[in-house]
Amino acid sequence: MDASDAQQHFDVIIVGAGHGGAQAAAALRQRGFAGTIAMIGEEPELPYERPPLSKEYLARDKPFERLLIRQPAFWTEKNVTMRLGERVEAVDPGARAIVLADGTPLGYGQLVWATGGHARRMTCDGADLVGLHSVRSRADVDRIMAELPSVTKVVVIGGGYIGLEAAAVLSKLGKAVTVLEAQDRVLARVAGPALSQFIEAEHRAHGVDVRLGVVVDCVLGEAHVTGVRLAGGEELAADLVIVGIGIVPAVQPLLAAGAEGVNGVAVDAECRTSLQDIFAIGDCALHANAYADDLPIRLESVQNATDMATTVAKVITGAAEPYDAVPWFWSNQYDIRLQTIGISAGHDAEVVRGDPATRSFSIVYLKQGRVVALDCLNATRDYVQGKALVVARATIAPEQLADHATPLKEMLAA
Amino acid sequence: MTAITVTTREGVEHELRPQDGISVMEAIRESGIDELLALCGGCCSCATCHVFVDRDPVGQLPPMSADEDDLLESSSSRTDRSRLSCQLPVSAALDGLRITIAPED
Repeated sequence: MDASDAQQHFDVIIVGAGHGGAQAAAALRQRGFAGTIAMIGEEPELPYERPPLSKEYLARDKPFERLLIRQPAFWTEKNVTMRLGERVEAVDPGARAIVLADGTPLGYGQLVWATGGHARRMTCDGADLVGLHSVRSRADVDRIMAELPSVTKVVVIGGGYIGLEAAAVLSKLGKAVTVLEAQDRVLARVAGPALSQFIEAEHRAHGVDVRLGVVVDCVLGEAHVTGVRLAGGEELAADLVIVGIGIVPAVQPLLAAGAEGVNGVAVDAECRTSLQDIFAIGDCALHANAYADDLPIRLESVQNATDMATTVAKVITGAAEPYDAVPWFWSNQYDIRLQTIGISAGHDAEVVRGDPATRSFSIVYLKQGRVVALDCLNATRDYVQGKALVVARATIAPEQLADHATPLKEMLAA
Repeated sequence: MTAITVTTREGVEHELRPQDGISVMEAIRESGIDELLALCGGCCSCATCHVFVDRDPVGQLPPMSADEDDLLESSSSRTDRSRLSCQLPVSAALDGLRITIAPED
C-alpha cells in the first residue's frame, strides 16, 4: 500500500494559528464552506490576540483567557481540527501535502500559509543567556512575568513599537528601564521625526533612559544576563533584557518548495503564492500594496492579517475580490493612544496638526503633495476622518492640513 | 447574573448571561456569536464591535467617550442607538439590555 493512501486529508489546511489563521477559518465557515479544515499552530495555544502581549497582558491587566480570539468550543462547533504545538517542516506542492516535524504527512486541497514570523534574534555573544527575551508569544511573556519580581533593571534592545510598549509597561511597574536604539530616533522605520521626538520625550518623562544611535556589542553574563555592553565599551547593568528588533517571516518551507519571495513569500492580489493552490496571508505575505505605490511590502498588523484572511476565504468560496484594504495600526504607551492610517514610509513631508504640548495632535504624511498616512496621537477624530484623505490620496495644501480648527473631513470636498 | 439579549444580523435572538467585569463585546464573542470582528481586541481603536442598543432598561450605560463617538462616525450605519460594545462593561446596571449587532461596514 502506498503511504499516501493512509494519509489524512483536509480540504483546507491553514498553517498558523494567529489572527490570520483564525480569521481564515472563521470566514470560511461564515461563508458556508462545508469542507474539512485543519489549523496547525506552532504554539500550544488556541488562536489569541497578539498585540496585548506587550501591553495589557504583560501589565497583568488582562488574563490570557481574555485574549482568546474565539472560545475553545467555537472551533469544535465549527469543525476546525486543531493541531497545536506542531510545526510544518516541508511542503510538497506536487503531492499536495505538507509534512509535520514528526514526519506526519497531511494532504490538502488548498493550503493557507499564515505563519507570521519569529522574533528576530541577536547574533552577538550572550544572545542565548537566560534572562534575555523576545516579546512575540505568550510563552515569551510568561517567562518575562515569572522573572519580573526579582528584576530591578531592564534593558530593551530596539526602539520600535514592541520595545517601547514593553518599556512603558515595565517602567510603570517600577523597573529602571533603558531603551537602546541603533538609529538616531525611535520608531525610525515606521514614523516620521515629529512622532519619534514626542514618543521619546514621553518615555524620558516617565524615567526611561533612551539611548539613540547606539550599537550593542554583546550581552553580558555567565548563565544569566547581567548587562549589555555597547560598542565603545560602556556597560549597562541589567537583570532582564528584552529584544524587540523585528521579526523574520516564517516562510522557509514554502521557499524551499519553490515559492517566489525574499523576506516573505510573494502573493498576488488574491493572496495566491506562485505555487498551485497555496495562499499566504498576514505578516509573512509580500504583496504589492496600493497604499505603498504598489511596491511589494509586508505589513505586520492585525488589520492586514484579518483582511487578507477574508480575501482568501472569498477566493476559496468562489467570490474573489482583490485585496486593497487601507492599512491601519495602533499602539498604546502610558496614556498615549496612537492610531495610524495608511503607510508613511517614503513620505517627503510631514505636517503637524495641533499642538503636541496638548498631548492630542496628528501628523499628516505627504508624498509629492498627496496625503499617504496619518499618525494620530490621542486624536481619534483625525484618525477616523483622515482615512478618506488617505483613500483619495488627497492633494491638500500643508497650511490647510495644519489648520487644526478645520476638521479633516471638510478638506476633502474642497 | 446579568441577562443581555443579543439579536444577530440574521435576526436570531440569543440570551447571554455573562460574568461581570468583561465587556459586552467579549460577552458576545464568548457566546459563540460569530459576527463581531472586534479587531482591536477592545481598546477602542476600531469600530468593528458596533451594536445598536434596542432597550436600556436601567438607563445606566456608561456615557460615550469622545473617542467612541469619533470611531462610530466612521460607520455608515450609525444611528443614535449606536455604541461600541467593547466600551460597555457588564454589570448589574446592564440587566435586561437588548442589543442588535450592526451591519458590517
